Amino acid sequence: MNGQIALLLIQDGIVNGAIYALLALAIVLVFAVTRVLFVPQGEFVTFGALSLAAFQLGRTPGIVWLLGGSALVVTIVEVISALRARRASRIPRIVGFYVAIPAVIIGLTIWLAPKNPPLLAQIALSIALVVPLGPITYRLVFQPLANASVLVLLIVSVAVHFALQGFGLVFFGAEGFRVAPFSEARWELGAITVTGQTLWVLGASVALMVLLLLFFERTLLGKALRATAVNRVGARLVGISASAAGTLAFTVAALIGAVSGVLIIALTTLYYDSGFLIGLKGFVGSVVGAVVSYPLAVVGALLVGLFESFGSFWHSAYKEAIVFSLLIPVLLWRSLRSFHMEEEEEEE
Amino acid sequence: MKRGTLPVLVGALVLVAAPFLMPSYYITLANYIGLASIVSLGLVLITGIGGLTSFGQAAFVGIGAYASAYLTTVHGVSPWLTLPIGLALTAVVTLLLGLITLRLSGHYLPIGTIAWSISLFYVFANLEGLGGYNGISGLPPLSIGGRELNSGRDFYFLIWILVFATLVTVHNLLDSRPGRAVRSLRGGGVMAESFGVNTARVKMAIFLYAGLLAALSGWLYAHFVRFVNPTPFGFGASIEYLFMAVVGGASSIWGGIVGAVILTMLKQWLQDLMPRLLGRTGQFEIIVFGILMVLLFQYARQGVVPLVARRFLKRRRVSVPEQAAALDARPQPDRGELLLEVRAARKAFGGLVAVDDVSFELMAGEILGLIGPNGAGKSTMFNLITGVLPSSGGQILFRGERIDIRMSREIVSRGVARTFQHVHLRPAMSVIENVAIGAHLRTRTGFVSAALRMDRKEEARLLFEARRQLERVGLGGHLHDAAGSLPLGQQRLLEIARALAADPVLLLLDEPAAGLRYQEKQALAELLKKLKAESMTVLLVEHDMDFVMGLVDRLVVMDFGRKIAGGLPREVQNDPVVVEAYLGGVE
Repeated sequence: MNGQIALLLIQDGIVNGAIYALLALAIVLVFAVTRVLFVPQGEFVTFGALSLAAFQLGRTPGIVWLLGGSALVVTIVEVISALRARRASRIPRIVGFYVAIPAVIIGLTIWLAPKNPPLLAQIALSIALVVPLGPITYRLVFQPLANASVLVLLIVSVAVHFALQGFGLVFFGAEGFRVAPFSEARWELGAITVTGQTLWVLGASVALMVLLLLFFERTLLGKALRATAVNRVGARLVGISASAAGTLAFTVAALIGAVSGVLIIALTTLYYDSGFLIGLKGFVGSVVGAVVSYPLAVVGALLVGLFESFGSFWHSAYKEAIVFSLLIPVLLWRSLRSFHMEEEEEEE
Repeated sequence: MKRGTLPVLVGALVLVAAPFLMPSYYITLANYIGLASIVSLGLVLITGIGGLTSFGQAAFVGIGAYASAYLTTVHGVSPWLTLPIGLALTAVVTLLLGLITLRLSGHYLPIGTIAWSISLFYVFANLEGLGGYNGISGLPPLSIGGRELNSGRDFYFLIWILVFATLVTVHNLLDSRPGRAVRSLRGGGVMAESFGVNTARVKMAIFLYAGLLAALSGWLYAHFVRFVNPTPFGFGASIEYLFMAVVGGASSIWGGIVGAVILTMLKQWLQDLMPRLLGRTGQFEIIVFGILMVLLFQYARQGVVPLVARRFLKRRRVSVPEQAAALDARPQPDRGELLLEVRAARKAFGGLVAVDDVSFELMAGEILGLIGPNGAGKSTMFNLITGVLPSSGGQILFRGERIDIRMSREIVSRGVARTFQHVHLRPAMSVIENVAIGAHLRTRTGFVSAALRMDRKEEARLLFEARRQLERVGLGGHLHDAAGSLPLGQQRLLEIARALAADPVLLLLDEPAAGLRYQEKQALAELLKKLKAESMTVLLVEHDMDFVMGLVDRLVVMDFGRKIAGGLPREVQNDPVVVEAYLGGVE
């Protein structure tokens, strides 16, 4: 390997690492607020990416049916629980949130998809199709299990991954897609070439991270999320609803996933099941920070990206094995640093 | 004939007759169910009962299968030799993985196993000599005594005999000394450790056993199908095994088998149905599996078997012998010997000093009360003596030996047994089994002899001792009740019985009267008086001054982490500093 190749691999690693970092942030956020280790984070990536690919081909992304169907189910569940609680006054809000918003997004998608709208509209719609799936997943799956142990939530989270990946196959098919880069620009920077897409990915990742930082530091909602992460009961006592915090965390996670998806599909071909490995790499990154530290998660994710690009250079067939074995030393390191911190498991 | 024997006999007959009556398609299906059952029984042991979760069992199946496939086809080794090799390989991997992840809090093991199972999948698929994604074909059949097992029916018997053997060993294990240690893992492990259970070792042992079962299943699979490729050993397969255990009911060994039956059949049915519904082929059954799991956890978290069993089956009772040889007891110290010496013990949490250079002594045969208002640092002091918290300074000596540098399980082995303020019982286990955990260190039975039922003599002595201690505290009539069904007062007595079962020299009671009603307090006081008459040494931590006054020989009073008084109850009661601490001073 010479210096030029090394630089190339580093560039590659950082670009992928930036995506993993975004996902790692989403995973840390969801875990901190809801204690869910959200394995299906990667499915939001593929859903966003493959929706964009469908728009590019002038097709209606099949995911509209998933969005429509799940929104219908969640509406029914919410209306029933509102009626049971004799709070019929909540129904207009439910309808607005779970019927009107998805209906607008689906309507726009079906109307615009065959008309080949501008790229920006395609991107916006691809993201908009995925984002509601976050709160819907939370409401249908995890909110009823709010008091379950981390382990139960993890198994359920894997089950959700199973289901979503299956839906991915139904709605996007088994073939792979890739879209043209947002920008064809390239710059020669000494020995290496920087493409416009690289800058897009890095720029968008940094921008999203800064936005998240501002959100957590400067807004009341962000502070409420942080409070819930620190102490759920305490947050509830000062009037922060745990389920509202969970809904918000999942919304942000879905947004991050979808954005990552539309960024990454210009770099590599994605299949319906690619999200799983991508999400897991974010996971590995977040484990570096014990799934609680945001900065360490970003560092870990960048490491994963670098490891992956060098791994694929040395032994491309073993790329994945190499990346996931990275977890072993990380866990070892954590295990040597950890003192007895058993979680009290509640009784069944 | 014992109750329950008949259904088992009928079941066995059906199982034996089945392959002669079923078409071969169903025999094959039954074989797959059997193979899956072996794996999911291992998962029941670790997940449902031990509270650990593995997302990597299929990878262990893969090791067993690939080890045999490679060695038999490339090197012509006999399948009967490849089995121990595959098991040994699996043992090495499980021990390594366990070493790394089992010390960490609960969710790292599953994360570690996810990574491990994905890594191994790519290794199988890419390692030279393992045939890549195409796999290895042409494995030799197994042969027993010169007879080749070629048909599905031949394999049926081998597989189901092994399923049965697995079931029996897991069942035996759970109903034994190491089994109770496994069952006490859930709930954090503080209780198990404080009665001498090495929880890390117990976790390792069950993780190893589950891995070996998976490898056994893989070896059988390889020679049944006589072809291996990476797909059945991937992450998805691991999840299916886990789903089996959970759907069946991971807290019951039957759950492992019922789950394997349900999921294997459901998968077959869905694989036929879904493509017709959707007009395309693909792995669509995973959608149904995923949704099914979510619903199961939301509405019937315990799985199918416990749901059914609760209605139709009675709790199985442990048989407690009427008479058995007593367990060895340690010699008790002479009255007045210096047992416990606390020298300037100190514990700081950051800037907060919870125990501030506290010193006191405790002689054999004495009942010492450690009292103080809420927040005085009594419980922290208690945790320092029992090794639950590491101290920040000073020394604690038990019979002249420093114990503040020891772990809980080392301290209890020296004869210091404790109770918990917030009772730490296994609520679903019977009263007598809970007490039996207390005598863990007085018995030796290991995993292997328990699984093979070679422990019955010692088990009888152990249960007899547990019964004796329960009668001593007045719970002789509740041996078989679920511990969680007792009222708090009796749960506290149960905790004392468990501590007594450890044959202690020194008994530590952490606020035993907290939250008790008047009559319960009286029963407790009676018991303590009785123990005192038997010259048991007791350190009683309490904040209820009235309760301790008539019971103790001496008192130590703490407030804000410091010892503020000490001496005979009457002196302490009139000490103005103590009165001020309890009632507040006059400004």
